[in-house]
Amino acid sequence: MANLKAIRVRLGSVKSTRQITSAMKMVAAAKLRKAQDAIVQLRPYADKLNEILIGLNTALRDTEIENLFAERKNSNGRVLLVVVTSNKGLCGGFNANILRDTRRLIAEKYSEQFRRGDLWFMPIGKKGYDALRKLKCNILEEHNNLYAGLTFDRTKQIADKLMNLYLTKEYDRIEIVYNQFRNAAVQKLTEEVYLPVSTAPAGKAGSVVTDYIYEPDQVSIVSELIPKSLRIQLYKALLDSFAAEHGARMTAMHQATDNATELIKDLTLQYNNARQAAITNQLLEVVSGAEALKG
Amino acid sequence: MKIEIITPDSRIYSGEIRSVRVPGKKGSFQVLKDHAPIISTLDKGPVIIADEQGQVIKYEITGGVIEVKKNRIILLADSVSES
Repeated sequence: MANLKAIRVRLGSVKSTRQITSAMKMVAAAKLRKAQDAIVQLRPYADKLNEILIGLNTALRDTEIENLFAERKNSNGRVLLVVVTSNKGLCGGFNANILRDTRRLIAEKYSEQFRRGDLWFMPIGKKGYDALRKLKCNILEEHNNLYAGLTFDRTKQIADKLMNLYLTKEYDRIEIVYNQFRNAAVQKLTEEVYLPVSTAPAGKAGSVVTDYIYEPDQVSIVSELIPKSLRIQLYKALLDSFAAEHGARMTAMHQATDNATELIKDLTLQYNNARQAAITNQLLEVVSGAEALKG
Repeated sequence: MKIEIITPDSRIYSGEIRSVRVPGKKGSFQVLKDHAPIISTLDKGPVIIADEQGQVIKYEITGGVIEVKKNRIILLADSVSES
């Protein structure tokens, strides 16, 4: 039987841990609501933009318009991976999943580029940055302070930079690895090809082609809409990851709180048992002492 | 006719309107009922809506794109400030 004092101390520490985890859960829940709102707000914009682009693509299918963001024929094979993680831990498997997938990409899909030193990384989030540095990967730049104020304007700068890196032929392929937000408990690990833009006909076959007036003209609309949709794509990935992070943290902290409660129950039982045993012991001593005096 | 004004951050306006004037790349133009389908990119400038009651609402956008199709208008603005 463990001694009383040790159990009491342990009980105290578990209780204060539970307080912390339950507070973190509340905070994560509040932040999740905000992050979820943001992603829900963005979705109609992204969907509509996509709709317009698809409409344009179907209308332009037969015309040859040079797309600077399309796949290049003679490539230098350099790859940039944008790895989106969180700045803080304590969110279950959120970061671990991303990093496991990143390591898998290094070991399998891009092992050749990695050996040549042609695989570069742009971590967004401190956890990914630290892990990649430990793996001795080539890091182009990190954006760890982005989450402090996740706005469209700031992601736009990064998106423009990525586009620029692609256009100047610095990299031939840019991929994003991030957690997509499904609901508070479920994240979906996603690898998305950011650039080149897939040229596969996105429009559903048989959709009615509307005869639009284009102003100023089709080419300039397409060349303006593609960067726009790329910016939105990155912003969406980041918002998704942000919401997913808080969802993951909420779930993890909820579980931790539950576990702590369970542990407290066990410890209290143990404590009471020990206390009772001690009292019984003392009683026995008193009684047997008195008995001995009687002679 | 129906209009939706959406930015990446929020839905700014949605509802029935009489007309809307937008700052097109090639010059400002007005969309009334039964306008021909059009896709146009937009410049920085004012968007002026006249709603069902004829009330005028004005927004300042920094750019965007508009699609008009069968009396349904979608205006995707980069960012909006009310004025």
